[in-house]
Amino acid sequence: MSDTPPAAHTRRGFPMKPRLPRTPAAVAGAVLVAAMIMLAVAGPPIWGASAERIDAAAILQGASAAHPLGTDSLGRDLLARVLVAGRFSLALALAATLIGGLAGIVLGALPSVLPGRPARLITGTVNALVAFPGLLLAMFTAVVSGLGARGAVLGIGVAIAPGFARLTQTLAATVAGSDYVSAARMLGVSRRRILTGHVLPNIAEPLILQLTQALGGALLGLAGMSFLGLGVQPPSFDWGRLLYDGFARIYVTPEVALGPAAAIALAGIGFNLLGDAMAKAAARTAAGGKASDTAVPPDPGEPNPGAVLEVRDLTVAFPGGVTPVRGLSLTIAPGEIVGLVGESGSGKSLTAAAIGGLVPYPGTVAYGRLLLGGRDVATLSGKALGTTLAMVFQDPMASLNPALRVGGQLAEVARVHQGAGRAEANRRAVDRLGHVHLPDPAARARQHPHELSGGMRQRAVIAMGLMATPRLIIADEPTTALDVTVQRQILRLLREVTEESGAAALFITHDIAVVGELCDRVMVMYAGRVVEELPVSRLAAEAAHPYTRALIASLPDMATDRDKPLASIPGRQPAPSEVGPGCAFADRCALATARCSAERPPLIPYGEAGRVACWEVK
Amino acid sequence: MRELHKSGPGSPRRVRSRGPRWVVRQVVRFAVSLAALLVASFAMIHFIPGDPVRASLGPAAPIELVQARTAALGLDRSIPEQFLTYTGHVLSGNFGTSFLSGEPVVEIVAARLPNTLALALLATVVALLVAVPLGMWAAVRTENGRNRGTEYAFTTVTGTAVAVPEFLYSIALVTVFAIGLGAFPPAGKAGAASYVLPVLALAIGPIAMIARISRAETLRELGTDYVRLARAKRLPAARLYLRHVLPNTLTATLTLGGLLLSALIAGSVLVEYVFAWPGLGMKIVESITQKDYPVAQGVILVYGAIVLVVNLAVDLALAALDPTSKIREA
Repeated sequence: MSDTPPAAHTRRGFPMKPRLPRTPAAVAGAVLVAAMIMLAVAGPPIWGASAERIDAAAILQGASAAHPLGTDSLGRDLLARVLVAGRFSLALALAATLIGGLAGIVLGALPSVLPGRPARLITGTVNALVAFPGLLLAMFTAVVSGLGARGAVLGIGVAIAPGFARLTQTLAATVAGSDYVSAARMLGVSRRRILTGHVLPNIAEPLILQLTQALGGALLGLAGMSFLGLGVQPPSFDWGRLLYDGFARIYVTPEVALGPAAAIALAGIGFNLLGDAMAKAAARTAAGGKASDTAVPPDPGEPNPGAVLEVRDLTVAFPGGVTPVRGLSLTIAPGEIVGLVGESGSGKSLTAAAIGGLVPYPGTVAYGRLLLGGRDVATLSGKALGTTLAMVFQDPMASLNPALRVGGQLAEVARVHQGAGRAEANRRAVDRLGHVHLPDPAARARQHPHELSGGMRQRAVIAMGLMATPRLIIADEPTTALDVTVQRQILRLLREVTEESGAAALFITHDIAVVGELCDRVMVMYAGRVVEELPVSRLAAEAAHPYTRALIASLPDMATDRDKPLASIPGRQPAPSEVGPGCAFADRCALATARCSAERPPLIPYGEAGRVACWEVK
Repeated sequence: MRELHKSGPGSPRRVRSRGPRWVVRQVVRFAVSLAALLVASFAMIHFIPGDPVRASLGPAAPIELVQARTAALGLDRSIPEQFLTYTGHVLSGNFGTSFLSGEPVVEIVAARLPNTLALALLATVVALLVAVPLGMWAAVRTENGRNRGTEYAFTTVTGTAVAVPEFLYSIALVTVFAIGLGAFPPAGKAGAASYVLPVLALAIGPIAMIARISRAETLRELGTDYVRLARAKRLPAARLYLRHVLPNTLTATLTLGGLLLSALIAGSVLVEYVFAWPGLGMKIVESITQKDYPVAQGVILVYGAIVLVVNLAVDLALAALDPTSKIREA
């Protein structure tokens, strides 16, 4: 009762026609509610006579063959009475819900059409009432209106109303702020017409959902009132009243309380499950597909002992045949900064996640070799990984835990992995923060993330990576969320940090211009594969793959004619699930031949230090 | 990768400032609600159709008694006058006397309030202690749709448990553990054992509800970048979940816990009735069925005031806990 569903679901969008999911819970809810409705219709005509048949010879009996749930003080069969009481219980709940719903909707819609002061008064009252437990409001009403079904229905209605008012208010405020209502206002449509013509039709669906849930709440609330002796009075009876009578005899024949208790519980569960299913149907997302079909990677050959990171034939697959990363190989030498470039969906971020062991659950990672500092990542302990690999993510706002102090988040690396004491760890945290040129590092360490600017936060995240002595820093679009001047500073810092610590870096970006400034070597990814790899110094002159060349061509520079539209690549990158047997870029490529869409070009050495995967590059 | 984490905390959810002005506004709102409650409890008697004294004493009561009662309640004076007297009395701690026993209502409340608060507080503590770890465990186990069986069992069991009202739990617990097994006293307040069943009956529903919230909040946290970064730092599981995830789930969970406490104070009415618990809830039911209006009026006033105090306390406590609320002067 007191737990009238809060307006939590109002934040999600409601599609026009939510279909009920066919989960057992939803089916059970629907069946229980349907059974209740059938009982309410058919119960009284079928069992009405036996529910009222007085039998002086069978007074206050327990369970027996003739009376499975026993008899009451007049010898009436309790099973029949429970079955008959369904109609009255449901009718009362329906009445209470309608009273409460109507009052609540009117109360909630009024502020959107009334002028300021009365609107605020109503809003304030509703907000105050919502905080009150429904049962308290119901009791208050019961005192005023006296004992009996009428008082209880009114009381539960009053208890339900504030929840409806709040929901209507929230929904109406959303609709009232929308463009079409503003347009209607400008056209001089009256407030009443706006309410009935625009606001109400658009909020009807969530309100109907709330009505279903409130109906279950009202049924339980009324049962509670009757059970306390404050609701239905004899000779009328609902389930609560039957429970009230049964409870008095619970020491002698506990089974007489069983019937009404089970009926109330089942009704409550039925409405709740159905309501849950309806709410879920209204905010549902597609579920995952079938198992993945990861191919066994080919033999990786001899490992490269000098490399910081060596990846051979890395594949990341998701259920349903989606393979965002396909047979990717890359090697990073100590101190080298490698740029991994590609547009959204090319698999570059998943590559980083796979190296860090952070691919989200349904994804599976397969590789011929994945060596960090010469050792297989799978065999590395958490401590070894946590100290040799540092990660920097795109959004510095989201990378720091808002609840913890900045210094503490840095210090815990030292405390957990390096066994440093609290003071030592904090000292090192402050030192590292200073190292990334954060002004007044000691003060910054004591602050929470929200007190730092975006650039400062990204510096703090980089400092966190430097707490240990990382061999490799993976930076996944670390500058994308920052403004241009700060981007430049962060790039400089990354360069400086790698030069000083000797760590290598894998720098992931969609911006090929940034690569030119920071990296030693660049790898271009397209649809899950590396299509070209070459030293940055030769990027402008020697890029061979049509995709790389198109990326470079699309960069505006000082000489770009500003009267012409910026160059872009026609078409779009295929999704991981729609990559065919040939070259994934073939559809967008001016040089493509029949061979390109039939047969995939291998990544072969090209030029002095590069590799390229294209049939047309000779 | 990023595409899979669209639900991350890109939108800051703590945008409202909670500075001193916010505190003042909360306190003013509290005072206004309290005043409204006072008016409502006063008006209650006057809303009763007909003559409340007659209704209470029955048609056979001698006219002298009715007149004496009416005078004692001050119902023969003008409404504004009555309201001033009522307000003065309430402020000086005089809530009137019971029609039936002649006891001062204040004494009845003072004797019974601690029993009700004990039940509600214990149930809240039990619910939070059980539900928060349960919800977190379920979230970690079912993250990204793994262990669909667990997820399914969790949502079904909690969804069902939430839907069963506390008085049914009370009756079931009494029937099984008190009458059937004789393990606990079936009714009354006598020693620690007598607390077990009522607290349990009150806590089961809230446990299910909080566990659901806790799971949902934890799942949201697990998808955030800072938890990804914490995982990339290879923190031990306990540190990851307790230091990085838990604090961020607590705001929502504790808000609910606070609302719950006030709901439990009212919800205890039914449980007290089943267990014949000597609390306020038992008294309010008695007073309504017996038409003992001064008692009903006083108890409802006290109930309402407690709810308001608890809600204010929860708001202020959350503001104090929330790190973004601390305003530092430069």
